[in-house]
This record gives sequence, structure tokens and C-alpha cells, in this order.
Amino acid sequence: MTVSILLFLPVLAALLVLLVKNEAAKHAALFFAVIELGLAGYFLAGFVPDASVQYGLDLPWIPQMGVYFKAGIDGISMVMVLLTTLLVPLIILTTYKHEYKNAKAFYALILFMQAGLLTVFTALDGFLFYVGWEAALIPIYFICALWGGENRIRINIKFFIYTFAGSLFMLLGIIYLYLQTPNKLYDINGFYNLSLTLTQQSWVFWAFFIAFAIKMPLFPFHTWQPDTYTEAPSAGTMMLSGIMLKMGIYGVIRWLIPNAPAGFLQWQNLVMILSVIGVVYASLIAFKQTDGKRLVAYSSIAHVGLIAAGIFAWTTQGVQGAMIQMLSHGINVVGMFFIWDIISRRLNTRDISQMGGIAKVAPNFSIAFLIILLGTVALPLTNGFVGEFLLLKGVFNYNIWFAAIAGLTIIFGAVYMLRMYKNVMQGEANELTLTFTDIAGSEKLVLGIICVLIIAIGVYPQPILHISEAAVTNLVNTVSAKFNNGGF
Amino acid sequence: MTTLIIISVLPIILLYLGLYKVQKALLPVTIIGLLIALGAAVAQWNDNAVPIYSGMMLFNNFSVAFSVVSIVSTILILLLSKGYFEKISNHIAEYYAIILFSLAGIIVMVSYHNLVMMFIGIEIMSVSLYILAGIRKSDFASNEAALKYFLMGAFSTGFLLFGIALIYGSSGSFDLDTIREWVVTHPRNIDPMFYTGILLIIVGLCFKVGAAPFHFWTPDVYEGAPSLITLFMSTVVKVAGFAAFLRLFAACFSTIAAFWTPVLLAITIATLFIGNITALYQQSFKRMMAFSSISHAGYLLFAIVALGAGSANSIFVYATAYSIASIIAFGALILVRQQTGSDNFEGFNGLAKKNPFLALVLTVSMLSLAGIPLTAGFIGKFFMFSGVLAQYNTWLVIVAVVNAIISIFYYFRVIIAMYFRTAERAEVEVPAYYKFVLGFSAIATIVIGIYPSFISTLI
Repeated sequence: MTVSILLFLPVLAALLVLLVKNEAAKHAALFFAVIELGLAGYFLAGFVPDASVQYGLDLPWIPQMGVYFKAGIDGISMVMVLLTTLLVPLIILTTYKHEYKNAKAFYALILFMQAGLLTVFTALDGFLFYVGWEAALIPIYFICALWGGENRIRINIKFFIYTFAGSLFMLLGIIYLYLQTPNKLYDINGFYNLSLTLTQQSWVFWAFFIAFAIKMPLFPFHTWQPDTYTEAPSAGTMMLSGIMLKMGIYGVIRWLIPNAPAGFLQWQNLVMILSVIGVVYASLIAFKQTDGKRLVAYSSIAHVGLIAAGIFAWTTQGVQGAMIQMLSHGINVVGMFFIWDIISRRLNTRDISQMGGIAKVAPNFSIAFLIILLGTVALPLTNGFVGEFLLLKGVFNYNIWFAAIAGLTIIFGAVYMLRMYKNVMQGEANELTLTFTDIAGSEKLVLGIICVLIIAIGVYPQPILHISEAAVTNLVNTVSAKFNNGGF
Repeated sequence: MTTLIIISVLPIILLYLGLYKVQKALLPVTIIGLLIALGAAVAQWNDNAVPIYSGMMLFNNFSVAFSVVSIVSTILILLLSKGYFEKISNHIAEYYAIILFSLAGIIVMVSYHNLVMMFIGIEIMSVSLYILAGIRKSDFASNEAALKYFLMGAFSTGFLLFGIALIYGSSGSFDLDTIREWVVTHPRNIDPMFYTGILLIIVGLCFKVGAAPFHFWTPDVYEGAPSLITLFMSTVVKVAGFAAFLRLFAACFSTIAAFWTPVLLAITIATLFIGNITALYQQSFKRMMAFSSISHAGYLLFAIVALGAGSANSIFVYATAYSIASIIAFGALILVRQQTGSDNFEGFNGLAKKNPFLALVLTVSMLSLAGIPLTAGFIGKFFMFSGVLAQYNTWLVIVAVVNAIISIFYYFRVIIAMYFRTAERAEVEVPAYYKFVLGFSAIATIVIGIYPSFISTLI
């Protein structure tokens, strides 16, 4: 068993979904996504949580250019694979009440995107990583631009150009690293073993950093994000925020810092400051939002800022926090966007100020909303808490003031999230909200699964932390040893 | 050599067929003839070629590879021409014959071993094109295109010939090997005349491949000529131009690259920006393709700027990717134009609803031209970028990246028009042979994009 089966099944599934009827497309897509989840579970069952790469695969692809189809799963990749394979079926389930035009194309694109995402998370070859990176972008562009809201054309071309621009610079960085390797290979281990000068590393650092910062997005590269999230169809928003932005975070851990340690040390302070500014800035803007989906979009920038800060502090705890927080954030943000999808589908608006009193008419819905909200604001015993605690600890080790400012995200988040809940759910029901029907069927199932995951991971996070622990420790120690040497 | 003979005799047969009014047989005979020529070319693969006819020609793997690309592209283009020339005039046999004469010139251009043969090849190709550009006799635009192309072409030929003469004056030979030896044995005392010769040849060749600042003829000629001829000019002819360019510079001038690289570097950067930025402002799809072809000439120049062992390969891969993507684009344009009567972007509005197949293949083509991974265009750009970065021309690659980003705007305009804009329209009728050519090209684009090894290891 190699990782190839995990990468090719979604592609095959996408092609098969194109063959079925539009009405049956969602069932077929869900079927394949669940099989993929089962496969991931099988991989997890046989996974030994040490620092090694497992289920490896290494085939010649363009050998004369040093390109190999090299992929494998270590602890870090395993968490990302779990995140992707877990969220895709959930996201497909959230669309069960939607009737998309030309549905088979829609679901085929989602499955194709899953293949791209999994390629990114398992690639051990620079070229393969880049191809996966772009292969995830094309489908989401079409998903957002074909099934999105009114301004979708203008907003999505902005989104596409923004991210494509970033990734082209990353491609230059990858080719540059390849040219420096003695045996001319795109192999990531060859990249790790390079010893470049500080100037070279600074160039490489920025080439990668811009791509990742745009994807996450980090302040000030975030301007595409709120519009794109708001205009995308809800499943697209979930794919973007739940999984795709993790490509950037994963990239920082795997490709940015280990490839250019000295370059990173040189700019560490700056990127820390950018991350912390992002946390505060996005939280402040979130206060002012009246559109629920937009509010969640900004809160996502704040959360990602904290994850980035935890990684840039580069301690085992910080990176471990980032790992579990990526999983938790993925689950929570999908839940949050689904909540808003449910609300906007029933009320035909996302304007918070027009709502109120939904809790009285839809008790199940209000419980689910509350649990997801508590996970998002990182209440202890929910999944958000473990990650944010470790992240803040990592930042604290780097600089106490950064930790203090970044810690504001928890307070700010609690304020704007609880205020949103109060305005939407509590008080007296008005004309608009009286007709709100409670969740049922697939909605209940999705929200139920999400709530269970939030509490389960919150109460007992150890199994998840254990998966990535050895790999993270190993990576952090290797790179930190280079730091002690000035990064070379 | 057999290839060249077949392609030279074929048009004469066609002219006789035309004389005896066997219109129906023209296309099949042409295609079969070209397939035989293709077979003859492939048979010469790895044939340990030596220069023949007193060192006039050399059919090495380089020639075979580029001959094959040119012949295959021509076959695809001619398949699209079924029923196309009939609408323009009654003398169809002549058009097939002239295209094939032009192709014969192209075969000479990719396999010369002597500057005289290079010149003759370029002239055979160009004279045929001057006629082809003006085949719509009663159409002003077509006439303008032909006249402009002829005047500018004749002018640039002068430069080229003068350059060749100066090279001959210094080195005493037209033979590529002899010139190279002369350059190598006179490292310190190459006279200015030789350098001037190189510059003049650069001017002449840059004109032929449509690189800035010698590109002014391109948009008008491309727009005025019938779409199929434009397609032929922007693919086969351009590729052959680059093959000739590379063959000369790799064979003779590689040791004095320090002299001409800065000149070509400036030309490359100008070509990229002028092509891309002007393409942004076009309302006509055909004109956009004309300007984008200028920018692609810029990317192709990369391989000559960063001259090295991989250059031939890079140009081969890039040119193949670019040719097949252009064939799709122009094929779709011809069909859409037949329905809407205009070349504008608006003509593509809402195409995806009525013609999902046409929209899909055109999307593949645009993604390939824009250089998105999993298409052939990306592999081409990847090879070019790698080559230039290997020579530490970091700034040139950054310029190229900026241009690749700009190009997204105009290539995606077509995709946006087809998928996201709506318009009342009827279904465009796609004839079977169009389906074949477009489908084949789209599949080839994706196959090369996913597994490029089978063409990227050829040369």
C-alpha cells in the first residue's frame, strides 16, 4: 500500500462522478469521499507514529529534470490527510439540501480538488508539491466562479491572480533550490541538506513566504479573502477555509522554515509582527461586520494569524499546537459556515441585525450553534482550546509581549462571536425568524458529527497530538540545531 | 531528405489535381502525402546524420523533431481547412500547394547546415506566406495584410542577407562548422564586421519570429489574414523561425554569447511586456491571440538567451505546447465566428451552455497558454524558467513571472465569457473533423502536461 492510491482515487472518482446523472452526483461523490476517508483510516491504523515517512512512493516522472513522483506520509502529513479526508465528506453532506445546476461538474471539481490537496500534503518532491498546489486552485476557482454570488466574476479573478502570482514566485524558489542541489533533484531531503548563504536563503524565504502568506492569508496579503469567502457557494467557502488555507500553514512548516532557516531567522521578527497585527486587525474588523458569513471570514483571518505566530515562534509546542489547531479550525470553521448556510438559506439574508430569537423556534440548531461557537472561541474542553493554548505557549516562549497581544484574539473572539450569537439566536423572535424551521436530516447529521468531534478532541486531544509529535519534534530539533549555528 | 523531397513534390501533384478539377481528392491526397513525409522523417531518427550535399543540409535529431512538429501541426491545420477555402475562392488546389511549399521552406529552415540554405528556406517560406496572407482577394484587410507583410518582410530579408554577407566577409565561409571553427580559433581578434553581422542577423530573425521591436507587422497581418493562415503563421512558421534561430546561434555563436546575450535580453524583455500589455487591451479575440503570440515569442527567446544543452529541448516542448493550444484556440474561433460573424470576446459569451465540448477544449487551451500546471503550457514554461535560472538570470525570470501573471487576465477573459456570462445564442455546429482535431489537441495538451517525459527527452 502506498500513498498513490490515496492520491489517485479522488481523480478517478471525479471522472466517474462526471458520468452519473446530475441527481445522483451528490450520492456518488459522498460514496467516494467516504471510501477515501476509510482508506485514510486504514492508513492511520497501520501508521507508526515515529518520525519516519511511511507508505512512501518514488517513481521517475521527468527524470532528466530531476523530477520524481515522490510522496509519503509522516506524522505531520497524516494529520493533514485526516483533516482533508474527514472534511470533504462532511462538506459534501452539507450540500445535500442544495440543488446545484450541473451538479456532477460541481462534485467532480470538489473531488478533483481533494486530489490536489492531498498531493500538497504528502508531496516530498518540490515539483510535485507545486503541481498539487495549482491543481487545488483551478477547481476552487471554477467552483467559486460558477456557483458563487453576484460579484463572483470580478472577485474570483482577483482571488485567482493573487494566489497564482504568489505560487509562481514559489515555483521560482523551488527551481532555484533544485539548481543548488549537487545531484540536481527536486527531492525535499536534498533541499534540507543544502547550505546556502544568507542572501540566497533570504531570497528563497521570500519566494516561499509570499505564496504561503497569500494562501493563509496573513496580513497584509489578506485582501482577497473576505470577498472570496463571502461570494463563494457555501461548500466552496468550506473547502477554502477548512482545508485550502492549511496548505499555506503546512507549507510554512514543511517547505519554508526548513528550507531557509537562516533566511527565516533574519525575518522572523517581521513575520511575527505581521501575524500578530493580523490577529488584532481581523478581530477589530470582525466587530463591525453585520454579515454573518463575512464575520466568520474575518474571524478566520484572526485564527490563522495566531496559528502562523505559533509556527513562526518555532518551538515543538507551538508547531504541535498548529497541527491540532489546523484540524480543529477546519472542523469549527466548516461548522460555522454551515450554520450560516442554514440561516441564509432559510431567511434569505445574512444580516445579523435583522435576526433574533431563533433559539426559541429551533432548539437543536441553537445547541449545535453554541457548541461550534464555543469551540471557535476556544473554551476549555473544546477542541479550540488545546490548540490555542499550545500556540500561545509557543509564542510566549518567543516573546511575552507578542503572546499578550496575540492572546487578545481569545478575548476579542469571545466578544464578537457571543455578540453574534446573542443577536441571532436570543431575544424575541421577529416576523422573519418565526418561520425558522429546526434542523433535520443531513443537517442534523453534519452538525452532530461536528459537535461530537469538537467535544471529543477537546476532552481527549492526546491521540491526535500523538500522531504528529515525533515528526514535529524531529523537524523542529533538526532546524533548531541549524538555528544555533546561525541557520546554516 | 526524403521528407523534403516528398513535401516538395506533393504540391505539384496537387496542382495537377486542381487542373483536372478533382477537388474532392485534394485534402486526402495532401494528408496522405504528409503522413508519408512524417514517416520518412521519423525513420531518420537517431540516424547518425552527417552533413550532406557538400555540407548544405544536416538531418539530425533536431531537424527530425522540428520537422515532425511542423508536419503534425500542418496536418491538424489542414484538417480544419475542410470546407474553409472553398468559401474564399475556387482555386483551392493552389492554396494547398502554397501551404505545402511554405512547409517545404520550413523543413529547410530546421535542417540547414549552411547560411545560404537558411536564407533560401526562409525565403521559400516567406514568399508563400505573402501570397497566403492575401488570398482573400477582394478583402481590404487581407490585401493590407499581404502588402504590409511583403514590404516589411522584404526589408527584414535585406538585413538578414546583409548580416550573412558580413559574417561571410569575416569568416570566409557560409558553413556552420567552418564559422564555428573560425570563431573558436580567433577568440581575441574577431573583427567588428563579424559582430555587426550577428546583430543584423538578429534583426532579420527577430522580424521573422515577431519579437519586439520588430513586431509591428504581426497584429495587422494576423488580423487581416484568414484565420487559418494566421494559425499557420503563428504556429508552424513561428516554431520554424525559432528552430532556425537556435540552430544558428547554438552552432556558431555560442562561444561569444557574452556579446549578443545583452542584446537578446533587451529584446526578450521588450517582447514580453509589449506583447502582454497590448494583449490586455484588445477587444478582439483574434487580435488578442496575435499579441499573445508576441509574448510567447518572448518566452521562446529565453532558450536562446540562456543557450545551453537543454535549449533545443525547451524550445521543442514549449513550441509543441504552444502550437497545439493555438490550434484549439483558432479552431474554436473559426467556428464561433461562422456563427456570430465577429472576432470579439463577446462572441464567446455563454458558449459553455450550448457547446460544453467546445468550451471545455478552449478552456484547456487557454489554461495551457497561461501556463497552468497539468497542461503542456506549464511544462514549457517550467523548462524555460529552469533554463534561465540555471544561468542565474534571476531578474529575467522575475520579469517573466510578472508577465505570466498579466497574461492570466486576457486568457481568463475567454473562460469567463464562456462560462460565467450569459447570452442568447444557438448551438455552434461542430463538424466531426473539428471535433477530432480539437479533441486530439486537448488530450495531447493534458497528456504532455501530466507526463512530459515522452517528448521532453527527444532531442
